[in-house]
Amino acid sequence: MKETISLSIKELLDSYRKGEIRPLEVVRAYRERIEELEGRIGAFIYVSGDDVLKDAEKLDTVDPRSLPLYGVPVAVKDNICTRGCPTTAGSRILEGYRAPYTATAVKRLVEAGAVVMGKTNLDEFAMGSSTENSAFRATANPWNLDYAPGGSSGGSAAAVAAGMAPAALGSDTGGSIRQPASLCGVVGMKGTYGSVSRYGLIAFASSLDQIGPMARNVTDCALIFDVISGHDPNDSTSMIGYSADLSSSGGTGLRGLRIAVPRAVEGCEMSESVSDIFRKTVSTVEDEGAKVGIVDLPGLDASIACYYILANAEASSNLARYDGVRYGFRHDSDSLDGMYEKTRGEGFGEEVKRRILLGTYVLSAGYYDAYYVKAKKLQAMLREAYGKVFHEYDLVMMPTSPTPAFKLGERLEDPISMYLSDIFTTPANIAGLPAISLPAGLSQERLPIGVQLVAGARMESKLINAAVGLERLFGFREKCLPAEGEVI
Amino acid sequence: MRRESGIDYEPVIGLEVHAQLSTRSKMFCGCPSVFGAEPNTMVCPVCLGLPGVLPVVNREAVSMAVMLGLALRCRIEATSMFARKNYFYPDCPKNYQISMYEMPLCVDGRVDLATDGESRHIGIERIHLEEDAGKLIHGSGDSSLVDFNRCGIPLVEIVSRPDIRSAAEAAEFLVRLRRILRYLGICDGNMEEGSLRCDVNVSLKEAGSDRLGTKTEIKNLNSFKAVETGIRSEIDRQTEILDKGGRIVQVTNLWDADGKRLVEMRSKEFAHDYRYFPEPDLPVLKIERQLIEKIKSELPELPFDREVRFREEYGLTAYESGVLCAERGVADYYESLVRASGDPKAGSKWVMREVLGELKSAGMEIEEFPLEPDRLAKLIVLVLDETISGPAGRDVFREMVRTGEDAEAAVARLGLRQVSDKGEIESIVDVVLRENPREVKRYREGKTKLLAFFVGQVMKLSGGKANPKVAGDIIRSRLVD
Repeated sequence: MKETISLSIKELLDSYRKGEIRPLEVVRAYRERIEELEGRIGAFIYVSGDDVLKDAEKLDTVDPRSLPLYGVPVAVKDNICTRGCPTTAGSRILEGYRAPYTATAVKRLVEAGAVVMGKTNLDEFAMGSSTENSAFRATANPWNLDYAPGGSSGGSAAAVAAGMAPAALGSDTGGSIRQPASLCGVVGMKGTYGSVSRYGLIAFASSLDQIGPMARNVTDCALIFDVISGHDPNDSTSMIGYSADLSSSGGTGLRGLRIAVPRAVEGCEMSESVSDIFRKTVSTVEDEGAKVGIVDLPGLDASIACYYILANAEASSNLARYDGVRYGFRHDSDSLDGMYEKTRGEGFGEEVKRRILLGTYVLSAGYYDAYYVKAKKLQAMLREAYGKVFHEYDLVMMPTSPTPAFKLGERLEDPISMYLSDIFTTPANIAGLPAISLPAGLSQERLPIGVQLVAGARMESKLINAAVGLERLFGFREKCLPAEGEVI
Repeated sequence: MRRESGIDYEPVIGLEVHAQLSTRSKMFCGCPSVFGAEPNTMVCPVCLGLPGVLPVVNREAVSMAVMLGLALRCRIEATSMFARKNYFYPDCPKNYQISMYEMPLCVDGRVDLATDGESRHIGIERIHLEEDAGKLIHGSGDSSLVDFNRCGIPLVEIVSRPDIRSAAEAAEFLVRLRRILRYLGICDGNMEEGSLRCDVNVSLKEAGSDRLGTKTEIKNLNSFKAVETGIRSEIDRQTEILDKGGRIVQVTNLWDADGKRLVEMRSKEFAHDYRYFPEPDLPVLKIERQLIEKIKSELPELPFDREVRFREEYGLTAYESGVLCAERGVADYYESLVRASGDPKAGSKWVMREVLGELKSAGMEIEEFPLEPDRLAKLIVLVLDETISGPAGRDVFREMVRTGEDAEAAVARLGLRQVSDKGEIESIVDVVLRENPREVKRYREGKTKLLAFFVGQVMKLSGGKANPKVAGDIIRSRLVD
C-alpha cells in the first residue's frame, strides 16, 4: 500500500500506461490509508462510498493514455459542489445539503479520469486560516497532530500531506491554498484570477476566489492545473482564450531569472525559522544565477486591510442566500424575520458572523465611500504597482506564512493574529496574480516552512518553471520527510 | 388650482416603470422566460440562487434594452455595470437582486406626449437592466409559498424625470411608453399579468417655486386607471395635509385597487439601505458602437413619428392617426389597405369602424384577424365604385370575416350587387311614394329631411341593392314636380 500511495501523479500515470497497476488497486490503497489515519487527522467531512470502486473499475475499459488524469484519486474541498455527495462549506447552515450539479473544475477532473475520494474539511465558508472554524471538526497537521494544518483549505492540505490523496482541490481567496500548503509541507497554487472557473465554488469573495491544486510536488500541481483551467461559459469572470500547458514545462532552471523581493518583507514580524529559511532561499537562488532585487511595493499591511474590506463586503452579500427558506438548516419561528434571525444566528459560526457584520458595515450608507471605495482604489494602486514590478522582474518572492504551523486552539481567541497569517498571501489575490507555495525546509520543531512565488497575470508558466527549479534545490521531500508516520 | 389657503400647489411626478422583456430565456440563465407555467418548473440552480452558481448576461436582453434606449433617444453608455441590491425577502433567492446602479445602460432620453398643438416631452433619466423576483403565494393559514418561475426574467427599469405635472399626464406617459415597448416588440405591456408595472413618486411644490416638497412613493399601480386614480388620491391627500399646515412625511404607499385607497407600507425610518456595490460575478458591460448602429438601423418607425406621417401623408385627423397608430399591427394593416385600395380616407373609416369594432367584439389581436388587407381593399373598391352600397358593404364585410370568402364571391352569393339602373329604381320609387302619401305631403310642405326616410324605404324594398345616391336623385326630382 505504502508503495502505491507514495507514487507521484506522474509516476502513477506511468505505471498505468505500462499496465503495471489498475485504478481499482490504487483507489483501494488510498481508501485504506484514509481509514488508517482519518480518525487522527480528520481531513475529510465526507469520504466517498463504494461508488468510487465502481468508478475505478470502469476505467479498466479506458485506454490510460487517453486521459490526462487517468485513475488519479483526488480530494475536493467541501466548498466545491459535487453532485451526488454532500457539499457543506464546513457550515452547519448547509448541513445535509446536496448540490444538484457539479462544479466545472470537478467536472473537468472527472472527465479527465480522476476519482473523487471525498470532500475535505475547511474553515466555514473558507473563512479562516486554521480550519478550526469548521462547524464539524478540527483537522490536525499530519506533521504534528497538536498543530493546526492552516486554512482554510486545511483538510485538502492535510489529506495530501498524509498521503490520503496524491492531490486535492483547494480554494484561495486570501491565501487559503498557499498558507495551509506551507504549513503542511505540500505544494499549493492559485492561478491568475479567471484562469479556473468558479462555477460551483461556493462564493466567499467572488472577485478574489480561485480554485487551485494542492499536491506533493510542483509538476503534479501543474498536471491538475492544466485540466481544471480554461474558459468556462458558465463563469463570466473566467478568462477567454486562456489555456495552460504547464505540465510539459520541465523547469528551465533559475539562471537568468529576475526575482523581486518586496522591501517590506524584511520589516514584517515573522518567526526566526521563517526568516532564516527565506534568507537562505534568497542567497541560494542568487548562487544559482538568478538576479534578486529589492523592490518597493505598497505596504503589506495596507493590502491586508484592503483584503478584509473587499472580501467581507462581498461575503456579506454572497452569504445572504443562506436564510432557511429553501435549503439547508432552518430554525422555524412565528415571523419571517424571526426565522431569518434564528436560522442565521444558529446556522453560522462566530467567525462567519463577524465577517458578515464587518462586510455589511463597510457597504452601509455613509461608510461605503470611506471603506469599500477606498479599498477599491487601494486595490487599483496595488495592481499597478505589481504591474510595474513585472516590467522589470519575472517573479516576486516572499515567505508564504510568517510562521510555521501553530498549535490547535492557540489563535482561536485572537482573530487579528489569525488574520495576519495572510499577510504575504493576500497581495496575489488583491492583484489577481498567480502564486505558488512550495515547501523549502523545516523549523526546529520539524514543522514545514514554505516559500512563495508570485508571477504576472497569465504567467503561470514562469511560476511553474521557477518552482520546479526551486523544488530541485530545496530537495524537501528527499531531505525532510520522516521515514515513517503520518506524512507521506 | 386655487386653494382656500391661497396657495397654489403644483404636483411634481416621476414614474419608475418596470417592463419584462420578451426574451426567449431569462436574464442570467438559460431557463425559458414564460408566464403561467406550473409553479417552480421554469427554474435551474442559477435562477434559484443555489450555492456556487454564477450569472451569465443574456445578450438578447441587452440588445432589447439598447433598442428601447435608442427609441427613447437616450445616450447608450459604452460601459455600464451591474450591481447588487441587497435586501432580504423570500421571493429573492439570493437575497440580493442583480440590477444596475451607478452606471446604467441608457441615460438622458425622452418620451413625447402630444402629437399636435404644443409638444410636451417627459425626460427619461435612465434605463437599466435587472432581474425579476419570484412570486409569493399567500396560502391559507400562516404559511406562504414561493413560485420562482418569474425569478430571473429580464426587466428594464425606466426612470422618468420628475417632469410630469398631473395624474392624467402620468397615465398619458405610460400609454405612450407602453406603445413604444409594444412597437419594438420587446414587451407585451400586459399590466394585469404584471409584464408592465409602475411605481410613482409624487410631491407638491408651491406654484412658481423651485423648491420641491417631500416626495412619497406609490407602489402596486397595476393599470392605467390605478395610476391615474392613485396619483389623484395622493395629490389630494398631500394637498389636504399642506392646507392644514401639516408636513408631508416620506412614506411608501401601496395602492389598493379594490378599495381604491392608499395603504401605508413603510415610512422612512424603515427605509432599506440596499448596500449597492458592483456585481463581482460579472465584468463591466461593454456595448460596441457597431451593435448600437446595427440596432439603430433595425429600429421600426415609432408610434409618434408614424402619427405625424399619417396626418401628413394620408390627410388624417390627429384623432384618426392616433387611433390607427396605437398598435403597430393596426397601423401596418392600415397602410397595406391604403396601398391596395388607394383611398386613405376610406381605409381609415373601414379600419376604425369595422376592423377595430370586429377585433374588439371578438377579443382578437390584429395579427389574428382573418380578413387580410388585400381582400378588404377589394371590398372597399366595390363600395367606392358603387358596385355595392355602403350598408351592403358592411354586410359583406361581416360575411367575409365569418366565411373567409372573397368580396366578389360574397356579393354574388348574397345578391347584393347594387342596382344603379334608373328605370329599375324609378319603379321602386313610385311604389314607395304611392304607399306613403302622408310623408309625401309633409315633404312637399317643406319637411325635406324626409328624403332619408324615402331612400331608406327604397333600400329596404330593393333588398339593399339600390344605389342610394341614384334613388335620392330620383325621389327629389319626383317630389319637386
